[in-house]
Amino acid sequence: MSNTNPRRAFLAAAGAGVAGLGFTAIAPGLHLMAVGEANAAMRPAGTPASPAIRWGLLIDASKCAPGCNKCVEACHDENGISEQLPDPRQNSQWIRKIELVDRRNGRTTTLPMMCQHCAKPPCVDVCPTGASMKRADGIVLVDRHTCIGCRYCMMACPYKARSFVHAPLTEQNPEVPRGKGCVESCTLCVHRVDKGQQPACVEKCPEGAMTFGDLNDPESAISKRIAAANTTQVRSDLRLDLGVRYQGI
Amino acid sequence: MKLLRILATLLFATAAVSPAPTFAGEGGRTPKPTVTIETPGKCVAPAEEMRRNHMEMLKHQRDRTMRAGIRGEPASLNACIECHASKKTGTVLGDGTGFCQSCHEYAAVKLDCFECHQPKAGFKAAGVKQ
Repeated sequence: MSNTNPRRAFLAAAGAGVAGLGFTAIAPGLHLMAVGEANAAMRPAGTPASPAIRWGLLIDASKCAPGCNKCVEACHDENGISEQLPDPRQNSQWIRKIELVDRRNGRTTTLPMMCQHCAKPPCVDVCPTGASMKRADGIVLVDRHTCIGCRYCMMACPYKARSFVHAPLTEQNPEVPRGKGCVESCTLCVHRVDKGQQPACVEKCPEGAMTFGDLNDPESAISKRIAAANTTQVRSDLRLDLGVRYQGI
Repeated sequence: MKLLRILATLLFATAAVSPAPTFAGEGGRTPKPTVTIETPGKCVAPAEEMRRNHMEMLKHQRDRTMRAGIRGEPASLNACIECHASKKTGTVLGDGTGFCQSCHEYAAVKLDCFECHQPKAGFKAAGVKQ
């Protein structure tokens, strides 16, 4: 609210919009659109999420550095996860680092684990109120307006991806409302994706181990990498058709 | 008789000195809420319509944004907060003075938007470091 000049605020918003779209103005009304697939285009105001898109994430575990927690910190900053409860098991975990050890030879792999944004999400199947939902572009979310906090989805999720908020909160980010009595999980930074940005964890990964993009678009960076390399869906035996894929596990 | 007259004068004097509260309606008995509009004339709809329908507008918008992913709608809780947060306290809450809370307290309507939504304008949360 420090910016009190409405005209200046408008100009700043317009500038941010142009930067987000990756446009370069050649002449008035004529724009050159950046071809790089790093940032998806910002969805224009008033248009719903498109079912033609399926947002996904490719995580290269061979690049993921042991002991690095940058993705988790980026998630906490972006989504305002700041509570420290007396029982740490009750803290929200939208993303966590896990370590896999091969007992025969001690080979260690670390990777970030979060909501896998299934195409057939068990959390949506079991939700008694319809709060657990999948958006048209494949992002699985909790509608807190209808969530009653029964935690059935937490039991149904094979990836332990969901958390329950146990205590009242006051430090929420304006774009990420969260509160006591509701279940929550990774939103794939839906508020950033809708602005044409990448999820916070992808942007902050110092190793560049995470690729975000449209799985339905064969020309996107993520689709090309999945077509070229051997990638895994965790617990693929459940046939949930995951949006998050791993490489090197 | 003299004592009675003194008492009546005293009573009249206290009534004249005490500040007159604003009352709702013509000859109403209940005090009005203190509503301060920080940036007048910029609302998405006329005040009369906002007073009656803001809850319907927000309810429909929340479903469109949350479920269908439609952004940039004219009615938005964040936009309300950015505009209506008190210049002094930075929030739409606060006992009897915050834009949202003062009216809802007066109307005895429970305001539970802010159990999840951030009531402060321009708030930036810092996450926990591990």
